Amino acid sequence: MPFMPVKFNLPKRVKLAQGLWMLYWFSVIVGILIFSLGIFFKIELRKRSEMMDNNESHLVPNLLILMGMLACGINTFGGKVCHDCLDPIKFTKWKPMLKMYLLLCCGFSMLLLLTALLCILMQFAVYLTLAEGLKNGIKFYKDTDTPGRCFMKRALDLTQIEFRCCGNNNFRDWFEVQWISNRYLDMSNDEVKDRVLSNVEGKYLMDSVPFSCCNPGSSRPCIQHHLTNNSAHYDYDLRTEELNIWMRGCREALFSYYSSMMNSIGALVFATIILELADMAGLKYLSTALETMVDPENPECESKGWLLEKGIKETFTELLAKLKMLGKKTNQVEEGRDATVDTT
Amino acid sequence: MALMLIKFDLKKRVKLAQTVWFMYWFAVMAGVLVFSMGLFFKIELRKRSEFMDNNESHFLPNLLILMGLITCVTNAFGGKICYDSLDPSKFAKWKPMLKNFLVSCMCFNSLLLMTALLCFLMRIPLQFTLTEGLKNGMRYYKDTDTPGRCYMKRTLDLMQIEFRCCGNDNYRDWFEFQWVSNRYLDFSSKEVKDRIGSNVDGQYLMDAVPFSCCNPSSPRPCIQYQMTNNSAHYSYDHHTEDLNVWKRGCRDALLSYYGSMMNTIGALVVLVTILEVAVIIGLQYIHSSLSTLANPEDPESESEGWILEKTVKETFTDIMAKMKAMGKGSKVEEGGEAVVATVS
Repeated sequence: MPFMPVKFNLPKRVKLAQGLWMLYWFSVIVGILIFSLGIFFKIELRKRSEMMDNNESHLVPNLLILMGMLACGINTFGGKVCHDCLDPIKFTKWKPMLKMYLLLCCGFSMLLLLTALLCILMQFAVYLTLAEGLKNGIKFYKDTDTPGRCFMKRALDLTQIEFRCCGNNNFRDWFEVQWISNRYLDMSNDEVKDRVLSNVEGKYLMDSVPFSCCNPGSSRPCIQHHLTNNSAHYDYDLRTEELNIWMRGCREALFSYYSSMMNSIGALVFATIILELADMAGLKYLSTALETMVDPENPECESKGWLLEKGIKETFTELLAKLKMLGKKTNQVEEGRDATVDTT
Repeated sequence: MALMLIKFDLKKRVKLAQTVWFMYWFAVMAGVLVFSMGLFFKIELRKRSEFMDNNESHFLPNLLILMGLITCVTNAFGGKICYDSLDPSKFAKWKPMLKNFLVSCMCFNSLLLMTALLCFLMRIPLQFTLTEGLKNGMRYYKDTDTPGRCYMKRTLDLMQIEFRCCGNDNYRDWFEFQWVSNRYLDFSSKEVKDRIGSNVDGQYLMDAVPFSCCNPSSPRPCIQYQMTNNSAHYSYDHHTEDLNVWKRGCRDALLSYYGSMMNTIGALVVLVTILEVAVIIGLQYIHSSLSTLANPEDPESESEGWILEKTVKETFTDIMAKMKAMGKGSKVEEGGEAVVATVS
């Protein structure tokens, strides 16, 4: 009993072939879209790799680029097959490869599923990389004279301005790090000496933040220094002052940016899987409809199309039986070979 | 002696009609482009109208939008004429209006050229508007509690960050305005009272700039306050310090931004004018070649096409003579009225 059989006559077959051809071309465009989204994601990761210690994983974008190219190639081939299938001569040359092609499509859909899952799951890795990278970024903020780190200040300032965030978790992270280089500290000054000595590690710590933490939406000029000292500024209370500097931490801001990007890409890949399954079903119907023509010489005869030749259970048991046979054959051949080697 | 005479047979006429049809559709797209450039320019002016005192002239973008629409309509009509020109029955209905259409296209072209010229000249009034607007912007920077001006601070800060500029001509403009609101000044403090007293207008002036003037590429944390006092900061000389705050003035920055936009749009309009001239010439050839068919019944007969029926000089003298005749015709009317007056 075939699975989901459908009767076909010539107009129906032609319609199926045309519809399937358009669907394949739509899938090619979707493949190009996935490819370009992979490139976009890769570029976005590279742009901010300084915030991730230059050690972010490019697995997901590379996989997306590869999947995009494969999707284009596979779907173009499928479209070509559809285009040729209404001409019996051309179709006979494609006929033998169709089964392999459908298996290949199955495998590709599995890979797409894996890619979509990775898109969703790799967000954890991005989160951890960001936490580490931002901590180091804040630590190396002052090292504008150290080769390899001299642009960290600029990158972090621009990130804080662009993403409207301050520090790793919040602005207090800046209080724990010396973010002014010793080159600009007057070590002969008593105040500086006091501050440096009051600290175990000899760091010049302040309750101040860099200018890039300032919120332009504040109604008063930005208060960057002596943030915790309410009496240092007129009419200022740290606990109620919300608009002075950005309250959000940069790890959260960057993570939400990347996570929304990865979620959208993951959703698109899921949609592509469904599209690929539709393509495969359509092609299966078309190939079975063309193979079961009652009278091969007459193109206008009726035919039947199905998804599976037998029911799902029977197909499954057959597959298992085939695998077992394959297993037995290889075992027997190997044992036979070992036996002959032993006897000689 | 016709200007630039060309002989046409059926094939050549068909090719000409097809080419001119393509050119008309390309010109329609160019018209859409001019329309969208006008819209884009209008939006950009509106976005920053706060820095132009909300009184910037929208004449140029409105003119571009109008020109774009007229271009689309005129060229679509021309394309329709070309499409119909190969069918003698359809062409016969367009024939009487062709001459008027060509003349109106010529007038429209001169309008386009005038628009392009305006694009290049609008820079000058824009400069004055920006100077005035930015000066007021800085004056109202502190008025974050005055309705209608409460967003000036935010907008000016975001603009200085985005365009990497400070002040009107340079950062010293900020020294001439009080940009800290009186709400945040402690009038009981001696220092504040001294500063206000030392000034004729009673303004709290400082040699300080807002945080949005800070340059993130500076190797040291931003020095915003006491900028002209070298001894207030360690190892600081404001004469040699290049990277601390943005050196460029915002008027220059905005002017170069809008200037390059207007130059590009102007160049594009000039190109569209050249395209329009080409399609007018093409249509004139079609018109003249279809009017001079050796045998009107036989579509395959030969014909001649030209740009002007007589030479340039003769056409010019003809036009002058016609205008004189029209002038004399109105004199005849006057004479007629005089006769009527005397009779009655």
